[in-house]
Amino acid sequence: MSEIKLEKLDDNRWLLPQTGAMRVPGIIYANENIHDLLRHDESARQVANVAHLPGIVNFSLAMPDVHWGYGFPIGGVAAFDLETGVVSPGGVGYDINCGCRLMATNLTFPDIREKLKELTTALYHRIPSGVGSTGYVKLSGKDQKKVLEEGAAWAVKAGYGSAQDLETTEDGGCLGGADPEQVSARALERGKQQLGTLGSGNHFLEIETVEEIFDETAARVFGLHKGQIVIMIHTGSRGLGYQICDDYLALMVKHQAQTGISLPDRQLACAYLSSGRGQNYLAAMACGANYAWANRQILMYLTREVLEKTLRASPRELGMRLVYDVCHNIAKIEKFSVAGQEKKLCVHRKGATRAYPAGHEAIPACYRSVGQPVLIPGDMGSGSYVLTGQAKAMDETFGSACHGAGRVMSRSQAIRSSRGRSISRELADRGVLVMAGSKGTLGEEMPEAYKNVHDVVEVVHDAGIAKKAARLKSLACIKG
Amino acid sequence: MKKYELFDHTADLGLEIYGRTKRELFANAALALFDVMIQDIEPPTKRGGKERVKTRTVLGADVGDLLVNFLRELLYWFNGLGWVLNRGSILVCGNKKLVVQCTVEPYHPERHLIKTEIKAVTYHQLAVEKTKTGWKARVIFDV
Repeated sequence: MSEIKLEKLDDNRWLLPQTGAMRVPGIIYANENIHDLLRHDESARQVANVAHLPGIVNFSLAMPDVHWGYGFPIGGVAAFDLETGVVSPGGVGYDINCGCRLMATNLTFPDIREKLKELTTALYHRIPSGVGSTGYVKLSGKDQKKVLEEGAAWAVKAGYGSAQDLETTEDGGCLGGADPEQVSARALERGKQQLGTLGSGNHFLEIETVEEIFDETAARVFGLHKGQIVIMIHTGSRGLGYQICDDYLALMVKHQAQTGISLPDRQLACAYLSSGRGQNYLAAMACGANYAWANRQILMYLTREVLEKTLRASPRELGMRLVYDVCHNIAKIEKFSVAGQEKKLCVHRKGATRAYPAGHEAIPACYRSVGQPVLIPGDMGSGSYVLTGQAKAMDETFGSACHGAGRVMSRSQAIRSSRGRSISRELADRGVLVMAGSKGTLGEEMPEAYKNVHDVVEVVHDAGIAKKAARLKSLACIKG
Repeated sequence: MKKYELFDHTADLGLEIYGRTKRELFANAALALFDVMIQDIEPPTKRGGKERVKTRTVLGADVGDLLVNFLRELLYWFNGLGWVLNRGSILVCGNKKLVVQCTVEPYHPERHLIKTEIKAVTYHQLAVEKTKTGWKARVIFDV
């Protein structure tokens, strides 16, 4: 559909030349397979559209899991100058701080083989999932304000985890500058009921096993070994985040004419970072991000509880600990070298993961020797990857890598192709037990609806922005 | 005349909505939104007693923005307030303002099956246009 011509730079990068009102060129990370897929959707056009925004630095970037979103592509990365640049709620996405949390245990597959079904059922019943699910924690107005200001630290103080968990959460599970006064009554209302819920769609909880180690040193530092049982959670800020994004998008659309910025797509509505509206959005977005970290922290607590009870294991025997928690829908002020000078920029990652290299001060001390863990979930059948951020990411991608496999089929296409099939049986044949709130979700989320996660990961690995450390295989998956 | 149909979008859900008049277009957009989200397990007439009538005024910078703001409002009715739309009529329908009167009832899991969670109504590739036979709109929902 897209008439945009991409020029091959090397085996893993394609240049989208600067044309028309684009302020910078685009770069898409893709191999030949992924490049072929790009012809069938609008994501390259969206990479070009993002390049129209004021103050964009170097390039409009897309990771190999790029696919057609709204406004920014999913898999998009763009950094903006704090004085001349903008912040765009559509460049973060509705699900603010949607992200992944990986937990390790002392268990190996033989420890749970007989109990896998019982364990999956117990997790499915204990972890609220599905549309409109209400949470484990009911918040008073006062507590909610604290959640928005403190993030995962609130959850730890309330008894859902330990201080150690905060150390291995991106930004310690709390984004600074959060101001609940900038969050609407509607968003607060939606947030009251949903803390400690998984949600629906592509959100999940998976029991996985470490199937392959690529980097012995990194795996050892992260506490991962072959055959080990680990748990991955993928969820975000639920209705509170969606409402914050929507409120600020409406506000920015309403006042867009005043900014004098002309946009190729209204969904890219934005405000200057130096403006009141831009600052208010960042303060509200930080509240959404903090809510998401508290949410994943509480879900980890519930998971631990279910494992201990079902397996009749003591906390010591279970040994559950947080490997890392990363966000992949966010805008953050971070420092990078631009034309030889260190500069603070506002980096938008919409469906992209931070991937800082070894030695970076933002990485927990325990991982600083190998680099930040980058968590990449695949589709339900393929499992996930753990990578480490590399120095090249700082030079090329504002310290970013991909966030998942990336959709290749629309939801309705997936439902059409899954008609008459039992996706749960097909997955069971591949050794993956699935429990979902609706058959529709399973159809929408079937493995063929996604790009091959192995291809996506090979691109970031070969491009040198993140390095493979371990591959995880799905054993059981809970979907909303 | 078809009221709406789905079109393919990689990550999200696209709707093309039709109406003989602009008023009908907006009414069909409301119906389409709830049709995509919810399936009635039993017909609304059998439920008795719980229905309420709500009237709202919605504003927009132009007709496209008005459609997005209208659907946003209805989406909040469900996601924020837990109301399901049973029927409605558009009382006033301009390019920048509309007034809608709707009959709603509280969401009840035994009566309403949720088919799809819609996170938001987007502006991406938004179009509202007059055609030879009436009106047509294109809108993409984030799901």
